[in-house]
Amino acid sequence: MSSAALYNDQTGVETAVDAGQESTPSTSNNSGAAFGLFSADFKKNEDLKEMLESNKESPKLEAMKRIVGLIAKGKNASELFPAVVKNVASKNIELKKLVYVYLVRYAEEQQDLALLSISTFQRALKDPNQFIRASALRVLSSIRVPIIVPIMMLAIKEAASDLSPYVRKTSAHAIQKLFSLDPDQKEQLIEVIEKLLKDKSTLVAGSVVMAFEEVCPDRIDLIHKNYRKLCNLLVDVEEWGQVVIISMLTRYARTQFTSPWKGDALDENSEKAFYESDAERNQAETNTYIMDPDHRLLLRNTKPLLQSRNTAVVMSVGQLYWHLAPKHEVSLVTKSLVRLLRSHREVQFIVLQNIATMSIQRKGMFEPYMKSFYVRSTDPTHIKTLKLEILTNLANEANISTILREFQTYVKSQDKAFAAATIQAIGRCATNISEVADTCLNGLVLLLSNRDETVVAESVVVIKKLLQTQPSEHSEIIKHMAKLFDNITVPMARASILWLMGEYCEKVPKIAPDVLRKMAKSFTAEEDIVKLQIVNLAAKLYLTNSKQTKLLTQYILNLGKYDQNYDIRDRTRFIRQLIVPSEKSSALNKYARRILLAAKPAPVLESAFKDRERFQLGTLSHSLNTKAAGYQELSDWPSVAPDTAVRNVEIIEPVNEIVPKAGKSKHLKSDKFYSDEEEEKEERSDSSSSEDGSSSSSSSSEESEDESQEESSKHSSASENTSSESEQNSSDSESDSKQKKTKKTQKKKKAKTAAAQSDSDENGNGVEASSSSMESSSASETDSDSDTDEDMKPAQNNIREKSKLQVKPKKEVSLLDLDDFSQTSTNAPKPSVVSHSLLSDLEGLSLSNISSAMQVTTSTFSQVKDYDLLHHMSGKGLAAKYHFPRQPCLYQPCMVTVQLVLSNTSDHSLEEIHIGERSPASLNIHCFNTIERLEPGASVTVSMGIDFSDSTQAANFQLCTKTDQFNVSIQPAVGELLMPSTMTEEDFCKEQSKLLGMNETSATITVPTANISRLAINKEILSVANVGAVPSNQSDVHRFAGKAVSSGSLVLVSLSLQQSPTALLTVNTEKSVMASMLLRVLTQALTAA
Amino acid sequence: MVPLPPVVAAGRGRRVNMDLSRPNLQLSVEGARTGPQRNWGEAGSEEDFKVKNETKRREPPSPSSTMIHSLFLINASGDIFLEKHWKSVVSRSVCDYFFEAQERASEPENVPPVIPTPHHYLISVLRHRIYFVAVIQSEVPPLFVIEFLHRVVDTFQDYFGVCTEAAIKDNVVVVYELLEEMLDNGFPLATESNILKELIKPPTILRTMVNTITGSTNVGEQLPTGQLSVVPWRRTGVKYTNNEAYFDVVEEIDAIIDKSGSTITAEIQGVVDACVKLTGMPDLTLSFMNPRLLDDVSFHPCVRFKRWEAERILSFIPPDGNFRLLSYHVSSQNLVAIPVYVKHNITFREGSSQGRFDMTLGPKQTMGKAVEAVLVSSQLPRGVLNVNLNPSQGTYTFDPVTKLLSWDVGKINPQKLPNLKGSMSLQAGASKPDENPTFNIQFKIQQMAISGLKVNRLDMYGEKYKPFKGIKYMTKAGKFQVRT
Repeated sequence: MSSAALYNDQTGVETAVDAGQESTPSTSNNSGAAFGLFSADFKKNEDLKEMLESNKESPKLEAMKRIVGLIAKGKNASELFPAVVKNVASKNIELKKLVYVYLVRYAEEQQDLALLSISTFQRALKDPNQFIRASALRVLSSIRVPIIVPIMMLAIKEAASDLSPYVRKTSAHAIQKLFSLDPDQKEQLIEVIEKLLKDKSTLVAGSVVMAFEEVCPDRIDLIHKNYRKLCNLLVDVEEWGQVVIISMLTRYARTQFTSPWKGDALDENSEKAFYESDAERNQAETNTYIMDPDHRLLLRNTKPLLQSRNTAVVMSVGQLYWHLAPKHEVSLVTKSLVRLLRSHREVQFIVLQNIATMSIQRKGMFEPYMKSFYVRSTDPTHIKTLKLEILTNLANEANISTILREFQTYVKSQDKAFAAATIQAIGRCATNISEVADTCLNGLVLLLSNRDETVVAESVVVIKKLLQTQPSEHSEIIKHMAKLFDNITVPMARASILWLMGEYCEKVPKIAPDVLRKMAKSFTAEEDIVKLQIVNLAAKLYLTNSKQTKLLTQYILNLGKYDQNYDIRDRTRFIRQLIVPSEKSSALNKYARRILLAAKPAPVLESAFKDRERFQLGTLSHSLNTKAAGYQELSDWPSVAPDTAVRNVEIIEPVNEIVPKAGKSKHLKSDKFYSDEEEEKEERSDSSSSEDGSSSSSSSSEESEDESQEESSKHSSASENTSSESEQNSSDSESDSKQKKTKKTQKKKKAKTAAAQSDSDENGNGVEASSSSMESSSASETDSDSDTDEDMKPAQNNIREKSKLQVKPKKEVSLLDLDDFSQTSTNAPKPSVVSHSLLSDLEGLSLSNISSAMQVTTSTFSQVKDYDLLHHMSGKGLAAKYHFPRQPCLYQPCMVTVQLVLSNTSDHSLEEIHIGERSPASLNIHCFNTIERLEPGASVTVSMGIDFSDSTQAANFQLCTKTDQFNVSIQPAVGELLMPSTMTEEDFCKEQSKLLGMNETSATITVPTANISRLAINKEILSVANVGAVPSNQSDVHRFAGKAVSSGSLVLVSLSLQQSPTALLTVNTEKSVMASMLLRVLTQALTAA
Repeated sequence: MVPLPPVVAAGRGRRVNMDLSRPNLQLSVEGARTGPQRNWGEAGSEEDFKVKNETKRREPPSPSSTMIHSLFLINASGDIFLEKHWKSVVSRSVCDYFFEAQERASEPENVPPVIPTPHHYLISVLRHRIYFVAVIQSEVPPLFVIEFLHRVVDTFQDYFGVCTEAAIKDNVVVVYELLEEMLDNGFPLATESNILKELIKPPTILRTMVNTITGSTNVGEQLPTGQLSVVPWRRTGVKYTNNEAYFDVVEEIDAIIDKSGSTITAEIQGVVDACVKLTGMPDLTLSFMNPRLLDDVSFHPCVRFKRWEAERILSFIPPDGNFRLLSYHVSSQNLVAIPVYVKHNITFREGSSQGRFDMTLGPKQTMGKAVEAVLVSSQLPRGVLNVNLNPSQGTYTFDPVTKLLSWDVGKINPQKLPNLKGSMSLQAGASKPDENPTFNIQFKIQQMAISGLKVNRLDMYGEKYKPFKGIKYMTKAGKFQVRT
């Protein structure tokens, strides 16, 4: 037992070391020195026991640390159990933790003693500190002692309704532990899971789905109600939870939605065509297949996760798209998957495996990234072969020459296993792409003269296979090989050549017998496999050309008969009986030719990853290519989608999340179920979708049944009411009861609404809804973004309730905007006082976006200049004007708000008006949301934010409609790059005194007497610059203060009237360019009579 | 421990045979396996038996889908020096399968990351010459485990400065505490370094001393507040006297240059690493002059994705300390400037036992910046016995066993280009190698991001003080290969 002895030796040393350490603080063991000599395990444990029983903390801690060390090394420390377990109630938190570690490790073995600790945990479960509660539950559930199952069950149930999400998370973890300890508790545990699934904390979501996956992965019905919530929360869940949720949702979606690939069925075969006609396909598809909005929701909400830093998350989104997305959308994930190849070796390995499987079915997806799969000499072999595999899969007529050139380098690699794999790959390219088959063959033939025998052998083998697939016209190569034969020493290669000779001896009738003659000479010196093939060749030649080779064959058979190898002797005997006619073997003899020269099927050269597609991508099973324990098959798409209403309950009742339990009435209200934000989010998305629903269903009302039409209008009106909060509750219950009454008709109608919705989704309207939902769930400050897209619109009439809660005016604004929108009859904007009041309203609401330090006032100036952005002649009917409303931009403080008035002067409606390319590329624009449709004669006002970076350089961008793009540019006047700021006169003077010298520009001007009054001066200055007047008691000095929008640097303007017509105009700012420009425009404005 | 005692090796062989012949009797085989072959002390073996019996008694009908069952740390010489189990103990004999795979692999990197065994699956990563082997019992996304293991390594590195066997052994208690927090029942719990640091304080010499004297602990008493907040990555109550935020834009060029000097493939991968030491809850925005350059990005979870989508601005509440804010890929449309070129002439003459070696490096497209820290390495063909070279600058080494040539060039002086010239002696009688060696080149260029990416500005909201901001650019060679 050498290892044991050795081991003990080592322990001896260790103990000595340990003993040395111990002598430091408190333990007074004078026997310490003796340990080293005796070095028995139990002795050491005695010492530990002593330390554990000490009444001071530090020796205990020291002892526990050493015990943990023992556990870590895999040594046994179970004898100390009684001593350790006593310390479970210790006050010292580190000691306690270490005791926990110990308990979890050994409790299973010492069940009786472990029970001693239970009461401590039970007490800790009631602790006011959530951390202690959670960790008590963690340990309690980790002690795998069957007797405490009821206690655990109770603890889990309690923790599942704990106030702290952290404790709830722990309880979700505990569910799995209890389940593996006692599967009989399944039913009860499912109840807890059901409860926790409803939890809306992102902390809990991942863990509970994990528990769900383990305990009851087949109870898909539990997910229905939570599906949308999970989709929406997904971005905010921690990364590990995301992986679990995504893979669960993949399975879910495959059971609940119909296949988005139906329309693509034809294209499966001809991928090439599919790519070229992507756009048309898109349209064709919307005609035939309509995606369930929930399906779309999942795809949309997982997409941002492709940007995750966690490779597992990216991969799981990748597989989700692969398994769920319409074919033309799958390529969205390509880039991110390729990015993962930069990661660690192991990550590369897994990702490459998945890409290999994907690239078999969808070459086009990875073709643009072909170069990312080029092999580097430093890659480990398994990575190299995977890359090779992918390159081979990607090969097509267009890129084959590049790939083959690359392969040439690989063939020369010093890594011979890899070189051999490359030759195989070349063979595959040759069979797949007939154009290059000859080139490949010739290349391979050249390799026959390679020095390395693996390379030669591999090439011969591959050539053999290639010739087998296309035996015609290749006698040349066979001849060539015959010529090379003398130089080839690798037995395998020689054998292969001989086999080829025999197989195609009729094609080389002159050479084959000659080869046989040579072989007969060297027979005895050959390797066994070669000898076998010589016998083979002889037999075949005998059958085809017995005249020339009869004697040779007999000679070879005789040699073989006395060979040392029994295989060869057997084979010889067999062949002789088969081919040489004699009186005994006549029956077989007749068939000899058919036996030996039967047409052999060509070997198939195909990817090793061909059969991996049966496994879900990204799984362990896929990686191993065998079914791993616990692998769950991805079900096929259902042919008919199951009832979508199970999820859609919320759509009809946006505010309430209803929890229909058996026996409970649907009327149960749970207003507080969602936080306000969420509520709002849902409402908004609903209102927009139902809006769309109503419009589209009314347009298509002719075809629809009367009943459903009525219902749909009712439905839409109901949801409109819902969102106008004054009647919220009543309308809610109203819609509720309606819903109950007409439940059946509704179900029928459901498909229709869904259709309408998905329509809107397709067009991008849905994107808005999702974006708003994402924002509102992430942080409240970004919240304002989405609303403000729209609240700049002239929805003046509706701004009444200034005193409302924050959410409410917002909702109203967006809703009414939508109203405006559907009517599309907005007049030219009237940016008057009212809009300012709206603005100031909003300013108060969304303080978060404007830094509080910056006190910006809205100017009282109300006269606005319109500028032409796009003339209707050049815009094919689309006309655009813009003006600067001089409101602080709510998207970003450094942006200037610009309002665009888009009007359609053509006779057809314009669709999908949005902002396209911008230049310079770095230009920072906050675009308005895409306008779906602009009817002829209608106009709409949208606002956008542009960061001009405090320069008057024009912002160039494209204004796009569905069909056209127009290059437009906005050049701001220098005064528009400012925003007014309030200041006292004192402050003004102080700031001004800081901005002297270089920062001061001034000019003496002559002001017409008509303009000398304060009012007139204010008016003139404010007309060209967006600054704020500083109240002053000096009548002859006028001061204005503003800030540059982007940089925030102060701009101070002062005008001191000296002697009546002359005045001194001074601009103080750090921005000298701006100063001089400002000075010029101000001078112009003031001097103009 | 010295390399595996012969008994163990023999035992391993025997087990494999038994497995093959009696695949259904795995349990008894396992029992036999644990006994004599890997004997970890008398007491240990006894306990192992007990555990075996335990599992035999309650072999679950379907294996539980606990993600990560156990973790073994194995050093380069094949010793298991740490083990941690999150559920029932898995005997370390399961690692024998790993050792087998290790033996089969020619290089340490060639060990397959996923190894199936009859009852478990082993997923391993190799970093710092330590194998981290996770034992899995059932279906789980392999990347999930791999990513987690890498996160574990990163955490160790973060805590101990290095992640070596010695460091882990020295800090075994902290390691254990960390592993305990990072994984609950095999499912990741807290992997964010900021949270972990609140739970378990990283060991420092000072703290160890204080702890020894006062008996205070390394373990935090409170639930890390971050865990519950909307910004789980940031510690609360951060205070600094000097408020600083540093950003390093580091770009790596991956390229393959072919024999004639033309670029076969080249791409730029970049990262923005940050070191942010700011008091309170700062809200930062970082904008680029040319964000369009960034093609494919991945973010630290703190970055607000919506904001990036809409405005191409990075807006985030940073974690405390060092973190990777963003990694990106520069879109392939942009032509990549290759900063160095290599002129080479390496020939082996047929029949002669000499080869000629001549190689010159030069800068190209560096925008006037110096190319520094240049290191050329190459695996010469096996036939090369020795080299006799003469560098015009720097030093070179050649290892006749591994045939690894490396030339530490240092800085490239454009006036006097570095050159390495001389002869190689080949094995007498051996035929000429059919491939010329590939050169791997490393270099650094300070003060430049080769893609031209520029940070425009960094703003801070939410806090009153004025932080010190710094930005540094650097270009490095990634996988930069020159084929000859």
